[in-house]
Amino acid sequence: MTATSTPTLAPLPPRVTRLAEHTIEIVSDSGEGAQKCGQIFGAVSAKMGNGVWTVEIIPAEIQPPPRLPEGASGYRIRLGEERVTNWGDATNLIVAFNEQVLLARHRLGALAPDAVLLVEDKWATDEDADIVTAWTQAMAELSTRNYRIIPVPMEVQCLTIVDSPRKGKNMFALGVLAWIYDRDMERIKEQIAFAFRKKSEEVYLQCVELLLLGHAWAGEHLDFRIDVPPAAMTEELVVMNGNEALGLGAVASGMEMCAMYPITPATSVSHYLSEVFERFGGMVHQSEDEIAAVGVAIGASYAGKVALTVTSGPGLALKTEFLGLAIMTEIPLVVIDVQRGGPSTGLPTKVEQSDLLAALFASPGDAPHVVIAPATIEECFHVMITARRLAEAFRTVVMVLSDANLATGVTPFPRPKPEARWQAEPIDLAPVVEGQRPYGWDPDTGLSRRVIPGQPGGMHTVTGLSHDEGSKVAYSGGIHSRSSAMRSRKLAVLQSLLQPPPLYGDAEGDLLIVGWGSTKGAIEEAVDRARAEGLKVSSVHLRFLSPLEPGLKAIFARFTKVLAVEINYSDTVGDPYITEENRRRGQLAWVLRATTLVDVDSWTRVPGEPLRPGSIHEAIRERILVGGAA
Amino acid sequence: MTLSCGALQVLGHEHEHEHEYAMTEYEGAKARWCPGCGDHSVLTAVQKLLTAEQLIPEQTVFVSGIGCSSRFPHYLKTYGFHGIHGRALPVSTGIKLHRPELTVFTVMGDGDCTSIGAAHWIHALRYNLDLTVMMLDNGIYGLTKKQTSPTTPQGFATNTQPKGSFLPALNPIAVSLGVTNASFVAQTAEWAPAHLYATLRAAYRHKGLSFVRILQRCPVFTPGIFQAAVQDPARTVLLVHDDGVVVPELDRIYKTQLHHDPRDIDAARRHADNLEHVHLGVFFRDQSRPRYEELRAVTPKTTAERLQLLEEELGRYAV
Repeated sequence: MTATSTPTLAPLPPRVTRLAEHTIEIVSDSGEGAQKCGQIFGAVSAKMGNGVWTVEIIPAEIQPPPRLPEGASGYRIRLGEERVTNWGDATNLIVAFNEQVLLARHRLGALAPDAVLLVEDKWATDEDADIVTAWTQAMAELSTRNYRIIPVPMEVQCLTIVDSPRKGKNMFALGVLAWIYDRDMERIKEQIAFAFRKKSEEVYLQCVELLLLGHAWAGEHLDFRIDVPPAAMTEELVVMNGNEALGLGAVASGMEMCAMYPITPATSVSHYLSEVFERFGGMVHQSEDEIAAVGVAIGASYAGKVALTVTSGPGLALKTEFLGLAIMTEIPLVVIDVQRGGPSTGLPTKVEQSDLLAALFASPGDAPHVVIAPATIEECFHVMITARRLAEAFRTVVMVLSDANLATGVTPFPRPKPEARWQAEPIDLAPVVEGQRPYGWDPDTGLSRRVIPGQPGGMHTVTGLSHDEGSKVAYSGGIHSRSSAMRSRKLAVLQSLLQPPPLYGDAEGDLLIVGWGSTKGAIEEAVDRARAEGLKVSSVHLRFLSPLEPGLKAIFARFTKVLAVEINYSDTVGDPYITEENRRRGQLAWVLRATTLVDVDSWTRVPGEPLRPGSIHEAIRERILVGGAA
Repeated sequence: MTLSCGALQVLGHEHEHEHEYAMTEYEGAKARWCPGCGDHSVLTAVQKLLTAEQLIPEQTVFVSGIGCSSRFPHYLKTYGFHGIHGRALPVSTGIKLHRPELTVFTVMGDGDCTSIGAAHWIHALRYNLDLTVMMLDNGIYGLTKKQTSPTTPQGFATNTQPKGSFLPALNPIAVSLGVTNASFVAQTAEWAPAHLYATLRAAYRHKGLSFVRILQRCPVFTPGIFQAAVQDPARTVLLVHDDGVVVPELDRIYKTQLHHDPRDIDAARRHADNLEHVHLGVFFRDQSRPRYEELRAVTPKTTAERLQLLEEELGRYAV
């Protein structure tokens, strides 16, 4: 079908195709509301019982000029009959508000070869000859593929209801999608009401009118529908994005102070907390800078309950001196790093896992601390409870490494069942017991009990200088050696409490994939595909990066090859100057090689988007069948 | 010596204990500053203040950064936080926000406060938390051996600017007075101990952030920087007012006294900019300015209440 063909009225009932999954995108210029449309569609689909994983498509600029490929803003929803764990490979159906943003997605390889393209057609007959030319060229480029292009008169339709064509297309598009995927219209109206809860009733009513218009238009003009049946729900679910899950987890952990400075893509954790925290007796303090934010959190933690600071890579860099102080003074602290592309300003809105080494080393000097990475949005919630408890019990800094993929991705997960023991204990201001010292290190474990201001008889000065059990400044090498050992010992103690990580797949084989963080869903889907082809591949996913989970060397020993898969940079052998000897590997690969002495290989990508299971599958095939390196 | 502060609200520090604290009970480790260092005078004044106000040691926290003066907390028997360079104010902010019932003093040097920590200084003045902030200003980096600080007099030779400090010295009082929502700005001097004590006491009693710049000499690197003012009291102007500090016993020494109403910000700025004389006293004070810890006060919740709220919150996201 060519771009200029008009869809015919469908006198016959539409053909309904039943599918186990389908991936949908809606893209527009920035500010036209495609994301809102996608969010509502995703939330309603989850509420209907479908598996859902959503990803935001974010332009680099705040308000890029209209009709620019690089200005594409939107939302991608992978819809499944069953649980969906990652964003998948390619989009099957896309709604685009102009042909340029559509072209952008096409050129990025985001679209499946047989994708259905619903595109606003007003540009074909625009008054501006340049626009008409651009449209014609775009259609020519798109028609080289096997896409099905369906022009949609969005603006013509919407102008029957609204004055401005830049407003309303998103709700019209939502109506079209609702018809194609047979979504529950009452739930959609509820979700619209929730999404526009800060707007007037009038706005809501107009949205519903546009929704119904799109729905009716689709019913009259489209000849196909897609049926991805929702699964029967067996348990209560909640649906939210990873940053909301981190925020809600912080609340559930009983923390009361979040000090932060705005930074993408971490800020929405504090947006969420700012909305709810005070009701729970907590507060969000927006500091004057990243350094002050961690300083305020440390001050609060020193004086009471474990506090939180939230940042991303560049902010983490600024906080490092204070992190060293918290580790040295053994003041508990939780630090969330929602990673983005780096170094420097890098790719602020895009996913990367490039902060692992920075997080592990955290501060100059030997500064042992805990680093944990949630692998799913559900884990974003639960990790905060673990982080708070570990920070308290081990008197140290716990860093939580999330990333932009988890931050903005939305997926349903079992509703947590809050327990009283998740919550921090009230501050105990009982007088210190006779003989208790500020750092009364247990000689085996390095653990000691905190003394906090307000406790009679406990007065002492904490210091970032080397100090003894009494917190007395001590320059002697003996005391420094001993206190260094005590701080380090705590990590070994924590490791002794951890289980070896479970294997996904058989316990032995030709290839073991090792991953961490948000890539779990994509890696396991790739492993499934490869195993379905008979390849002997398994995967293991690490949550604890410091201390590492135990037993890795023994697990690795049962596989011919071990491959770390990550979203960070690594050199490719065969590129100019790059050899096996000088090759810089991915960051987890570094750590694993150093700690296990196993020749762990590295496969990484930094495309500014989540890994696709298809790409990992390719890498697996290549490693096993060809045996090549990167 | 008297402290006249008729308009001051005296804080209702109820003594929970019958116990009366002697000055020696506030003494920590033996101070290891150089003989003749102005820090000793400040420590003495602070110990007198703690005693006079009978502050409960376990409910008092001294927070410092890095530098000679930042050893301060070690020499007191209260809680202390000897942190990192320039960052005493964020730590103090965190303590006061989370535990507003604690009494928090912040001790910084000139490099600490006006150089590496300048951003925090500006913003702490604006937050206006109830903190007593002392900036011990000897115009030099002493601990690291004589490097130029923002308050080093222009032309003064140091190890980093051996031809003499290039720029005019920063004026911390003028800067503080320029910050929106600053509520207490005062200057005193280590060589006028009665004035130092009276000023610290007024600062402590002020509700809100009280910023006190304490002029000091470093006996090793800047022994002469205030020599003219020390030797010739006529070069000092005392700012006196019932709402500021009045120290009658200084009348014999300091003949130049200026009745200055600390509510008059314009006059305060004029005095701050007048570098012909050393002005000691309260430049500005306004206790009506909003205090951040009051604006941010939260009602604590019990575990049971939180669990209930958490269920409601999860309900918002329920499928």
